[in-house]
Order: sequence, then structure tokens, then C-alpha cells
Amino acid sequence: MKKFFATAFARGLFWQFIGTLLGAGLITGIRAAMGLSVTDKFFFTEPAWVLGGFIGVLFFLGGNGAVTDWFKWARGINTPEVHEEKYSGWEKYFSVSLDHKVIGIQYTVVALALISIGGLFALIFRTELAASQLQFLTEDVQLFGQNGPQLYNTLMSLHGMIMIVSILLGVSGIINYVVPLLLGAQDMAFPRMNAFSFWIAVPAAVLLLMSLVLGGFDTGWTGYPPLSARAPVGMQMFFLGVFTAGWSSILGALNVIATVLRMRAKGMTAMRMPIFVWAAVATSLIALTATQLIGLSFQLVMFQRLFGMGFFDSAKGGNPVLFQHLFWFYSHPAVYVFVLPGLGVISELLPVFARKPLFGYRWIAMSSLGIALVGFVVWAHHMFTSGMNEYLRVPFMYSTLLVAIPTGVKFFSWVATLWKGKIETPTPMLFVLGGIVVFLMGGLSGPPNATVSTDLHLHDTYFIVGHFHDTIFGGFVFPFFAALYYWFPKATGRRMNETLGKIHFWMMTPSFFVLTLGMMRIGLLGMRRRIADYDPALGFDTTHLVLTIAGYLIGLSVMIFIYNFFNSIKNGEKAEGNVWNSRSPEWQVPSPMPMHNYDQPFEVVGEPYDYGLADSKYVEFSAPAKSAHK
Amino acid sequence: MQHFVIVGILVIVMAVLTYVGLDSAGLMPVQASAQAVSIDWLWNWQVVAMSFLFALIFVPLVYSLVVFRRRKGETGDGEHIEGNTNLEITWTVLPLFLVLAFAYMGAYSLGEINRVDPDAIEIKVRGQQFSWTFEYPEYGIVSTELHLPVDQQVVLLMESSDVIHSFWVPEFRVKQDVVPGRVTRYRITPTLIGDYKVRCAELCGMSHYKMENPVIVDAQVDYDAWIAEQTAIAAAAQTPEAIGQLLTVKNGCIGCHSIDGSKLVGPSWLGTYGSVREFADGTSAVADDAYITQSIREPLAHEVAGFSPSSMPPYTALTDEEIANIIAYLKTLK
Repeated sequence: MKKFFATAFARGLFWQFIGTLLGAGLITGIRAAMGLSVTDKFFFTEPAWVLGGFIGVLFFLGGNGAVTDWFKWARGINTPEVHEEKYSGWEKYFSVSLDHKVIGIQYTVVALALISIGGLFALIFRTELAASQLQFLTEDVQLFGQNGPQLYNTLMSLHGMIMIVSILLGVSGIINYVVPLLLGAQDMAFPRMNAFSFWIAVPAAVLLLMSLVLGGFDTGWTGYPPLSARAPVGMQMFFLGVFTAGWSSILGALNVIATVLRMRAKGMTAMRMPIFVWAAVATSLIALTATQLIGLSFQLVMFQRLFGMGFFDSAKGGNPVLFQHLFWFYSHPAVYVFVLPGLGVISELLPVFARKPLFGYRWIAMSSLGIALVGFVVWAHHMFTSGMNEYLRVPFMYSTLLVAIPTGVKFFSWVATLWKGKIETPTPMLFVLGGIVVFLMGGLSGPPNATVSTDLHLHDTYFIVGHFHDTIFGGFVFPFFAALYYWFPKATGRRMNETLGKIHFWMMTPSFFVLTLGMMRIGLLGMRRRIADYDPALGFDTTHLVLTIAGYLIGLSVMIFIYNFFNSIKNGEKAEGNVWNSRSPEWQVPSPMPMHNYDQPFEVVGEPYDYGLADSKYVEFSAPAKSAHK
Repeated sequence: MQHFVIVGILVIVMAVLTYVGLDSAGLMPVQASAQAVSIDWLWNWQVVAMSFLFALIFVPLVYSLVVFRRRKGETGDGEHIEGNTNLEITWTVLPLFLVLAFAYMGAYSLGEINRVDPDAIEIKVRGQQFSWTFEYPEYGIVSTELHLPVDQQVVLLMESSDVIHSFWVPEFRVKQDVVPGRVTRYRITPTLIGDYKVRCAELCGMSHYKMENPVIVDAQVDYDAWIAEQTAIAAAAQTPEAIGQLLTVKNGCIGCHSIDGSKLVGPSWLGTYGSVREFADGTSAVADDAYITQSIREPLAHEVAGFSPSSMPPYTALTDEEIANIIAYLKTLK
């Protein structure tokens, strides 16, 4: 325990607490001097909480050491290019490390923690929905300054954003760990910025969770004004949390692009990069250029609340619909930030387990870029009923439906990859296949929402809820689990338990189909999304009960996974060689990898996925002497 | 070649089975408007396309898993096939035509939905946290029920008092947001007599889930009778109490304040006038004329224990006379 309090993680949290108090105290002092009110429902006033939250983030980063080197350089003090790792055990993962592999694992573990929290929130409100009428989140309940339905809204809203942040961190986790290994690089291009990108996400997550206890907010993760301009102070913590998490995304993406551009092994031309690298680049291009818009749209509402600026207040000449344009300009492409790396994992792993080349490598690579580019011109399909200019709806319908083309290319190429293979189905492959089918359900339920007239019925119903859970599970969650099972031996030198992995898969997948298909069914019949309770006359009670049970089974399967994950670190079967018989460079050397990855550099001498071609090689390691000469 | 034939047959069988299964499941609610016809027509074609595309991917995937699985003791890799440019072009171009066809059908169907009948009846709709109010300007009627004559196009001119709401009657299919500061239009031609509900589809705050009002599609005679009845009630409203009651309907007050003592978003009005109000900060006051006037115009002035005054927007547009009428009405609620 004493060791834990000495870690950068614990120090950061401590300083965030101090910083929050200082920031809030500063505003409170100024308000007292100006004769304004100094306390409110949640002790501090809203402006005090906002500045407190902001200063808290800065103190976290200052206090835990993520920015120490930069400050030293600014003062003219030199620091070593590489710091010796102070710890070797678990403490390493709670300290500021510059090793991309450590940072990748840090991202992944925080993502798993947030998935658990977001999932817990979902189970709480899913339980309330199991039957019509309010059972335990009633109006008489009072918690954190909220009654039952308000708490429902807060948990539902936080479920959305916590999951989104956890997905962004999960994406960063896989990319951070894997991309430098695939490229043959020693590390990411900017290791300190890499550490910074990770550590800023931690206080951001704390801010998001603070919103729960500061009155919550009842707007959903979308935070549309004018509702968000009236919500309790928790809304501001939510805005600030997302704003802060956005930095992690933007800087992380910049790092990935620089790394891929500058640090590829000799001979690794664009069309010889592992396909996952293409996906990482496509996703980073979006994250780098679009994330600003969600940050700014939330910032505008923050300022509307703090300073009375009427950006979205129609009484002051503002326009509430403008917010939706700004918000969705990021938040639609964000979906592709989530799924492109997942689809990349599918494309990366399929050839290994089908024992066949990836069918149409170039087409798959270009389809990732295609999805990323088209994704920028489709945002208003979220607004077909919003009251925006009517003539805008048709062009956005056309552009949105175009996304189906590059997505279709991926599906067809995956199926063609499997065709005439020699398919093995260990746990990672099961999740890859599950991901394909689930993403197919998500993909096929998409076009009706993209088509204006059918969307007029489907918009804001459980049909949409089912649809996007399918796309996110198929495009991210299943491939994420596949990646964890697949690269776990690389990171630890041990493999996760196969039996538990298969139980995880066979418990989660059918439950998930029941969950999302059931959601779509009642959505079509009239179930609105984001409601704490539904009209018993609709006759949805039985379906909702089934959905709740399915939700619990998914929760249970993820708990099995988490047990398997942490238990296998110490007790898993030893697996230090090329466990999956892969051609990829990281599997040609023993696991786990040393600090700067490869002892000898490698050169790319062939195609990455030439399975079935005798005597072909993807990479060739130079002899030790040669590398010394170099 | 044999593999392709088997898979081809299975794809067709699977596609037909999927479509028949989905179609017979009864996916949509009752069709109660002319606009729903065009939406359901498109939806049906989408289900056809979904069934086919699902089979087209799912069948070869499962087939490969069974037929091309690695058998016990087998070593070696699969066939070395790197790709096929003609195939890639085919499955890029054919879906492009499919997509364009559906986009065209979507635009056509949208045109049908928006078709304007110059004789459409205009009804004003107001959305507020957490109820709907309907005003028939021709007759001076205000109601919390939306009555519509069957087979007659109506256009709803919708406004919001506070936040964004969304007008949705699942049986009509069409949905339209109601945005503060502007008037949005919702054009519908009900075709099936019956009782429905308008359900707010855009999250609008704490009691969003409760924001449902009756929508009643009547035969023309029943509609006329209802209009006559409501007109008579409105005309009879000459006393301050009756005018006050209409005002509370028109302004949506009764969405949050019950008149029978039950607890909604705000305190019930039953027996409120003249009672002692207990506030969250421990103080209290008697609900007299001045207190009620202030509560209407500045809801944030007092926080009644157990309620959140920020749920209520300030009603500054009401005149002194109107507020006096409302107070007269409140006095009758004992």
C-alpha cells in the first residue's frame, strides 16, 4: 500500500485534489471580495468548480512527473534521452514510463477499468428497465443531489461518455503497443508526448466521474443545449472531462502519424506495411483533425453557462441547431476512430489464422482511408429531424450511404481471405469472426438510418441503440478482445487460458445478439431511447426482461475475461516463442520484448501476408555483427 | 467450382428465409398515416437488401469455417491467393449502384412525405418540460389532447417553451424536433381511426420519459362534435376561474402540477392556495397572491422542499390579469 502511494498515479491524484481545492478556493475568494455568493448546492459555486477542475488537471500532470523533463529543458537542465526504469514489477505501470509498451499497457488497463465502470452503470439502469414503472430509481430516491429519474439520466449519459473514452484509450493502447513493433521502431517518435497523452486521460476520467456526484447531468453524452445550458454543475465537469480527454486523442494521433512516417524499418514501403498500420494512420488522421470540434462545441456551452454568452441561446440570437453541427462534425467521424483500428485488427489477424494471404491488401488499405475521408462529410445524418435546412438532408443521405462501399470492400475481402484457407479457431480468431458477424449486423442496420425517410421513424429509438452497439462491439469490442488474447503472450511471455477465453466468447456473443436484436425490435415498435421508464401499454416488459438478463450475461463474461487477464500474467502457460505461427516481425523474436524492442534491426524483404508461399519471408534480421558495424 | 454452386444456393435459401422471417415478425407498428405508407414501402425494400447482403457474407463465412477448417493433424497453409482485381472492382461498383438506387428511393419517398395539401388544417403545438399543448387557432381551442380528423392533412406548427423536444407518433412514423426560437412543421395525414400517443423522442430532462399526450384520430363527425364541445367550453369560460383553468392548460402548467394531489415534477396545486409552503432552506411562507405571482414569474425565488425550481421556466409573458385569473382558479382546488 505504501508503495502504491509513492507511485506517479497516486501522486497525480493527490495533486489533482489539491489543485481542485486551490482553483475553487481562488474563485471563491474573488467572489467573496466582490460580494457575490460563495457557496452553492454542492459547496462551491459553479465557476469555482470549473476553474478548480481545470487547475486540478494541471496539478495532476505537474505532480506526477509527466511534464518534468520539459520543465527541466525550459530551465536549461539536460536530462538523459532515456530514463532507466526505476521499477520492474507492477509499480512500473503506475509510474511515468517512456516505453511505448508500458504506455500501451497503461492505456489498456485504464480502458478495461473504464469499461467496467461504464458497464456497471449500464447494468444499473438496465435493471431499472427490466419492468415498466420505476422500481428503485423512483422520485423519492435522493443521491448526489439527484432523484431516481435524474440519476437514471446521469448514469445513462455517463455510460455513453465513459465507454467512448474507454474505447479511445483502448484504441491508443493497442496502437501504442503494436505499431512500433510492427514498424521495427525502438519507440514512438515522441516518447514524452506519448506519456503526456496517456497521463492527461487519467485526470479527465476523474473529472467525468466527478460529474456523477456533483448533481449529474441529464443530456445524454451528446450534451445538446439548451438542456445542457440548464443542467446541474455536473454538466460542466462532463464538458471539462471530455475537453481534457480530447488532448490525449489529438496528441496521441500526432505521435502515431509521425512514427509511421519516420520510423519504418528498411524496405517497409507503404504497400508493405502491416495492414493494422494503415488502420492506425487512418484513425489518427481523423482524431488529429476532428477532435477539436467536440472540444470547442462543449467549450462554447461552458462559456454560455459561465459568462452568459448566448451562442446557442435563441433568446440572445443564438442557434441551438448550430451546436449539433459542430458536435457531430467530430462525433460522427469519432465512430470511425473507434472502428477503424478494430477492423485493422480483424484484417491483421485473419491471414494468420486462415493461413492465407490477406485478400486484396491494397483495397483494404485504401478502404480505411476511404472510410476516414467520407466520414468527414456525413455528419448531418444525425440531424435529419433536427429542423436544419430541409434541402441539406438529401445530399447528406447520399454521402452517408457511400460509406457502405469501402465497408463492403472490407467484408468481401475478409470472406475471400477465409475461402480455401486452413482455418484455425483459437480464442483470438473466435473474437475476430464474432467481430465480423456483429459488425455485419451493425453495417446492415445502418443504411435505413442514413436514408432520410426511414430515419424519420428510426431516429432516437432503440433501433439506433441496437445499431450502434452492434457497430461498436463488432468494430471495436470484439477485435479489442481478439487483440488482447493475441498479443498477450508478446507482452507477458505467457498466454491466457484458452478454456476461459472460449467461455468468455460463447457467453458474450449469443447474449449480445439477443441484446441488440431485441433493442432493434422494440425500437421499431415505438421504444424511445434514453427513457427511464416506458408505457406498459406498449407490451415491452418481457423483451426488456430478456434484454436485462442478456446484459448481465455480457457483464459476467467480461468479468471472466478480466479474471483470466490478470491471473494469466502470473499463472498463464509459458509462451515465449511464435505462439500463433505468424509472419509478423514481433513474433520472430522471443517474448516479452526488451525495452527498446529488437536487439537487431530487420529489413523487409517480402510481402507481409504471404502465407502458403513456400520459402517466402516478410522480414530478415541483420546479423549482430552487421548491426554493430551500422 | 462445386463450392461456388453450393454456396450460391445456400445464399439464396438463407436470404429468402431471412426475409420471410423478418417480414412475418411484424416489424413495424400499425400504419396510421399516408406518410407511413411511403416509409414502410422503402423499409420493406431495405429489409430485402439487408436479408440478401446478410446471406451473401454470412453463408460463405460459415461455409468456409466448416469446409476449410484445419483438420486434426493437418499441417501447412491455405492456397496462396493474393487477390483479384476484377472481383474487387465488381464488389466496389455493384454496391455503388445499389446505394445510389436506395438513395434515390429515399429522396423519392421523402418527396412523398412532404407532399403539401393546400387545404391542410393548421394546428399549433407547444412542447414544454414535460407535456404537449395543442391549440386550434381557428376555433380558439386549447387542449392537452390532439384530435385529428381522419384522411385530412394537418400541418402542426410546433414551438418549444424551453429545450429541444421531438414530436413522434410511432404509428404515423414521421418525427420532427421542436426547437426553441423557431417554428418547425410536421405534416401528416392520419388514415386510421384510433387512439395513439405522441411521445417526446428527444431527451428533454428529468421526466422526459413521461412526456406523452393522447393523439386521437376521429371520424369527421366525431371530430366536428369534439370541436363543437371544446368551442362551447371555451366560450363558456367567462368567469376568472374558468379563464384561469384554460390558461393553465394553454401554458402547459398542468404537465408538471397535478390538480389531484399526485406528485409530478412540481408541487400539486390541490389545497396549495393559502397553505404554508416549507422550503428546502428550512424557512416557510404562506402561499398568498404575492407568493404565487412571484413563483410564476421567478420560479427560482423559492425552493419548495422536495422539488427543483430550475425545472420550471419563468413565465414572464403572463399579464397581471391572467395571473389573477390563474390564482382565482387555484383557489377552487381544495
